[in-house]
Amino acid sequence: MCLAVPGRIIEIEDQTAKVDFGGITREANLMLIEDATVGEYVLIHAGFAIQRLSAEEAEETLRLFGELAQAIEEEDERKK
Amino acid sequence: MSTLIDKERFRSEPEARALIARIHDLAREPVSLMEVCGTHTVAISRAGLRSLMPGGLKLLSGPGCPVCVTPLAEIDRAIAASRLPNVILTTFGDMMRVPGSESTLEKEKAEGADVRILYGPLQAIEIAEENPDREVVFVGVGFETTSPTIAATVVEAKRRGIENLSVFPFFKTVPRALDMLARVPGRPLDGYICPGHVSAIIGSDAYLPTVREHNMPCVVTGFEPLDILAGVVMLLEQAETVRAGGAAKVENQYSRAVTPEGNRAALAIIADVFDECDAEWREIGVIPMSGHEFSERYRSFDARDRLDIDVPEATGPSGCICGEIMLGMKIPTDCPLFAGRCTPREPVGPCMVSTEGACAAFYKYDRESV
Ligand code: SF4
Repeated sequence: MCLAVPGRIIEIEDQTAKVDFGGITREANLMLIEDATVGEYVLIHAGFAIQRLSAEEAEETLRLFGELAQAIEEEDERKK
Repeated sequence: MSTLIDKERFRSEPEARALIARIHDLAREPVSLMEVCGTHTVAISRAGLRSLMPGGLKLLSGPGCPVCVTPLAEIDRAIAASRLPNVILTTFGDMMRVPGSESTLEKEKAEGADVRILYGPLQAIEIAEENPDREVVFVGVGFETTSPTIAATVVEAKRRGIENLSVFPFFKTVPRALDMLARVPGRPLDGYICPGHVSAIIGSDAYLPTVREHNMPCVVTGFEPLDILAGVVMLLEQAETVRAGGAAKVENQYSRAVTPEGNRAALAIIADVFDECDAEWREIGVIPMSGHEFSERYRSFDARDRLDIDVPEATGPSGCICGEIMLGMKIPTDCPLFAGRCTPREPVGPCMVSTEGACAAFYKYDRESV
């Protein structure tokens, strides 16, 4: 029930945004986001944007996964 | 495409394999972790993660499905409301098939009640405007992810002067429930996989009291397979620290969506529209300060006061062990009715009805693997 889907704001009119979900567009209400701007990524739940998303943090998380994978690979190499 | 929309990079196999290897490395002692979010329950089952875990590591499903923890008496109340001649009952789809004492909203609709499934609560305002002579009632079920959307709807309804809209406030909040679950006797617990989208609203700092009081590791986790595996790794590392006498902490694996302080605008709307209150969780009991009721200013939106409904004492399904499952004492396959008398087609208990219930997730994805 707490499913929320990430999308990008492509248009804003008053409190309503057009949000692009990788090709599909839907409207979402912006009452729960302070100072939303076009181009931002947000999480949508039940017709509302509930939080903005950070591309830098996403990259950072992926970088950590990569580092960990590499460390474990190297360890495996050493064991061989 | 941005990594925020394209999820493939959060599902990459080499990384998953590395994380699973790390989990096997860390889980040498028996460890139990609990997720308290139905979306996590389904994500874990769908990705088949349970069968990839080492034998000593248990992933327990706590009371993370808002539909499953809505008391039977409240379901009966919503059903009774749908039978009132002047009422249009509006709800999220998950509630339709949940059995009350002797009916469901789905059955009432088939028999002619005006029950409408909404995609979002704002639609209730449109329906109220289109039907000024009728009372539009919304069944307000959900955790902190959902309650701000309903609070915002009520604020908007008030602004527009709408007087024929009301809400059943069956809302639940997560942090105090985690405190209560940490104290369940006879069931060891080594950490919480904290709900990602609840945390997007309340912030990861909301778990600090739980961490301090119970020295319980808490990791806010995203919903992609790599997120969940990384969250498990972080919890296992913390569990090791705690076992060695160290202090647990709150960590945030889902930093692309969750900040320490949460969503200020959403929290402000929640604080304006709701007060915290004790709440009854189905099959679990009353948990202090784990619910939301309307504040004085918005009390007129409370459907319980607006509608004259008296429901007889609720009678629940016998033999169902959803309560023990949600407390982490048992898993669905321990229930003698599981996959026999109780299936998603003919559910006995709430955990089998909701697609996010532990029994439904196990039935769909894990039956063979556990
Ligand atoms: S299998 Fe059915 S009866 Fe058993 S605990 Fe789950 S929902 Fe309840």
